[in-house]
Amino acid sequence: MTAASAGHLPADAPSPGVWSAAARRLRADRIGMACLGVVAVFLLLIAASASGLVAGGWQREVAVPSAPPGFAGPRPVQAPGALQAPAGPRADLSDVDPLAPRYGEWDARAAQFRAVEIQRLQTLPLGADRMGRDVLSKAVKGTEVSVFVGLMAALLATAIGTLLGALAGFFGGRLGDALEWLYNVFTSIPGILLIFAFAAVFGRGIGTVVLILGLTGWTGVYRLLRAEFMKHAVRDYVRAAQAIGASAASRMFRHILPNVSHVVLVQLSILTVGFIKAEVILSYLGLGVPVDQVSWGTMLAEAQSELLLGHWWQLTTATLFMAVFVTAFSLLTDALRDALDPKLRGLE
Amino acid sequence: MAAYLLRRLWQMVPTLAGVVLLVFVLFKAFGGDPAEILGGLNATPQQIESIRQQLGLDRPWWVQLWIFVQQIASFDWGRSWATGEPVAQLFASRLPATLTVMLPILLLDTLLALPLALAVAAWRGSLTDRLVMVATTVALSISFLVYIIVGQYLFAFQLGWFPVQGWSDSLWTNLTVYAPLPVLLAVLVGLAPQTRLYRSFFLDEIGQDYVRTARAKGLAEPVVLLRHVLRNALIPILTNIGLALPSIFVGSFLIEVFFSIPGLGREVLLAVNRSDYPVIQAVTVYVALLTMAVNLLVDLLYMWADPRVELK
Repeated sequence: MTAASAGHLPADAPSPGVWSAAARRLRADRIGMACLGVVAVFLLLIAASASGLVAGGWQREVAVPSAPPGFAGPRPVQAPGALQAPAGPRADLSDVDPLAPRYGEWDARAAQFRAVEIQRLQTLPLGADRMGRDVLSKAVKGTEVSVFVGLMAALLATAIGTLLGALAGFFGGRLGDALEWLYNVFTSIPGILLIFAFAAVFGRGIGTVVLILGLTGWTGVYRLLRAEFMKHAVRDYVRAAQAIGASAASRMFRHILPNVSHVVLVQLSILTVGFIKAEVILSYLGLGVPVDQVSWGTMLAEAQSELLLGHWWQLTTATLFMAVFVTAFSLLTDALRDALDPKLRGLE
Repeated sequence: MAAYLLRRLWQMVPTLAGVVLLVFVLFKAFGGDPAEILGGLNATPQQIESIRQQLGLDRPWWVQLWIFVQQIASFDWGRSWATGEPVAQLFASRLPATLTVMLPILLLDTLLALPLALAVAAWRGSLTDRLVMVATTVALSISFLVYIIVGQYLFAFQLGWFPVQGWSDSLWTNLTVYAPLPVLLAVLVGLAPQTRLYRSFFLDEIGQDYVRTARAKGLAEPVVLLRHVLRNALIPILTNIGLALPSIFVGSFLIEVFFSIPGLGREVLLAVNRSDYPVIQAVTVYVALLTMAVNLLVDLLYMWADPRVELK
C-alpha cells in the first residue's frame, strides 16, 4: 500500500501486490471514489440506526395521519359541513334528560384522571405515513433493514458458492460430479420459483429472507469459483505448497483462496445489489420483512394505496433512499470490478 | 442428430430426479404437517389421522417418495388444498392469461432491444457510452415496483388512457384493453438492461478481424452490421432468450398481482400464502422440466445459427 502510494517505485522494490495495485486503480476512478463516499455515509447512518442513535422511535405516531412534508405546508383545513353550528344560549333539558342526575357524579370521577392531550405535529420534514409515523425515521430504519438483509444474504450465498466451488474445482472427480449435479438441479428451476418454494416452507421473518435468498442465490458464485479453482489447482505455486506438505484444505483456503478473493469480492457486491432489490419485491408480496418491521419494500407497499390519495411523500422518500444507495453501490461494484479484474472490464 | 437428442434426453434424467428429490425433501423436512394444514384449526385427532392415511403420510418415506413420483408421471396432483380445484385444471385455466401478457413482453423486448443495441454499438463514443452506462445504472437502481406503482397511477388513474386493472374472457379484449399497460411498463423497464446486454454482445463482434475485412472489401456499414455482426452475435442472444423463455410460463408475479391478472404467477403466490403445497410442488417440477427442454432447444438452435457448432 505504501509502495503504491509513493507514485513511482524504486527499482529494487517488490512489485505491487494485487490489492495495492487495485487500490491505486480504484483511487484513480473518480466516479468510483465518489460512490465509495456515498456508501460510507450510508453505512455510518446504518450503524447509527442499528445502535439506536437515530430513528429509534420510528414506530411513534408523532404527527397527524399523513401529515405532509414541511416544505409543502400543512394541509388546508377542511371546509366545515353544510350544517351551521347552532347559535344562542343552550336549552336547559335537565327536566326531561333521564341521565341528568348523574352528570355531577361522572364529572367528579372524570376529574380524578389526568388526560394528556398529545400534541400531534401538523407537518414533518418529509411527511408522515397513514398512522402519523415520521417518514424520515422510517426510511432510515428501512435502510438499515434492507441493506442488512441484502448484505447478509449475499455473504451467505457467497460463502456457500465459494465453499462448493472450491471443493468441486479443487477435487473434481466424483465429488465434482455430485456438486455439478446439485448446480444443475438448482439452475433448472427459475430463481423466483425456487425462492417461492423455499418461502412456502420456511415462513416469514428477516432471518428467513436472508436464509432463502442465500440458499437459492449461490449458483453464480459456484460456477465462477469452480472455474478459478480448477485453473489454480494445477499451478506451480500450489504444487510447490503440496511438495512442502501443505494439506488439501490449506492449499485450497490458504494458498488459492487469497489469489481468487477479488472474484469473490466482486461477486459479493453484485449479489448484494440483487438481493436488496429482491427483498423489496418479496416484502411487497408479503413474503419478506414482517409487518412490525420496516424496510424499503414495506414502505413501497404502503405507498401504493397512499399515492391514490395524493400522499406521494413516502413513495418518493423510499425510492430516493433506495435509488441513491443502490446506484452508488452498483457503480462502486463496477469500479471495484474494473480495479480488481481488468479482464472483465466492459462485460455485464 | 437422433443419437444426440437421445443422449441429451438421457442426461436430463438425473437432473430431473434431483429436482424431484429437492422438492420432496424441502417440503418433507421443513414444511408443516400437511394433515394439520388440510384439517384446519378445528380438526379432531381422528380427522387428522384419517387425512394422514389418505395422503399416505403414515407410510415410510420411500413409499411417500414413490407416491410423489407417480403423481408427477401421471400429471395427477389431486386437488388444491385451498380451493379443491384439480391442480391440472388450475394450470390449464391460468396459463392463457399469463401467456397473453408475457409473450408480447418477450417479443417486444427482443424486437426493440436488438435494433437499438445495434444502433448504439455502431454509433459508440466513449462519452456517450459512459453516460448511457450511468443512466442505465440509475434507472435500474429504482425498483421495478416503483415503476409499476407510478405507471399505474399516472397512465391509468390520472390520465385514464388504460383501465386501472381487470381481465375479461375474450382474448381480443384482453390483448387490446387490459394487457397494453402491463406490457408497456414491463417493456419500458426491461428495454434499457436488454439493450445494454445486447450492445456488449455486438461490441465483442465488432472488434473482430472479419468485420475489418468486410469493411476493407468495401461493404456498406448496414450490410456489415446486419449480415456479419448480427449473425455472429446470435449465439449469446439465443442463450439470453433461452434463459428468459421459461419464466414466461410463470409470468411476472408483480405484474399479475398489481393488475389483477388471473395468471399462473398470482396463483402460485396465493398458494405460497395459503401453504397450498400441491400447487407449488407441481409448478416447480414442471417448470424445471420445461427449462431443461428449452435449454435443449436452444442448443439445437445454435447449430442453425452457427453451422460450425457441432453437436456431440
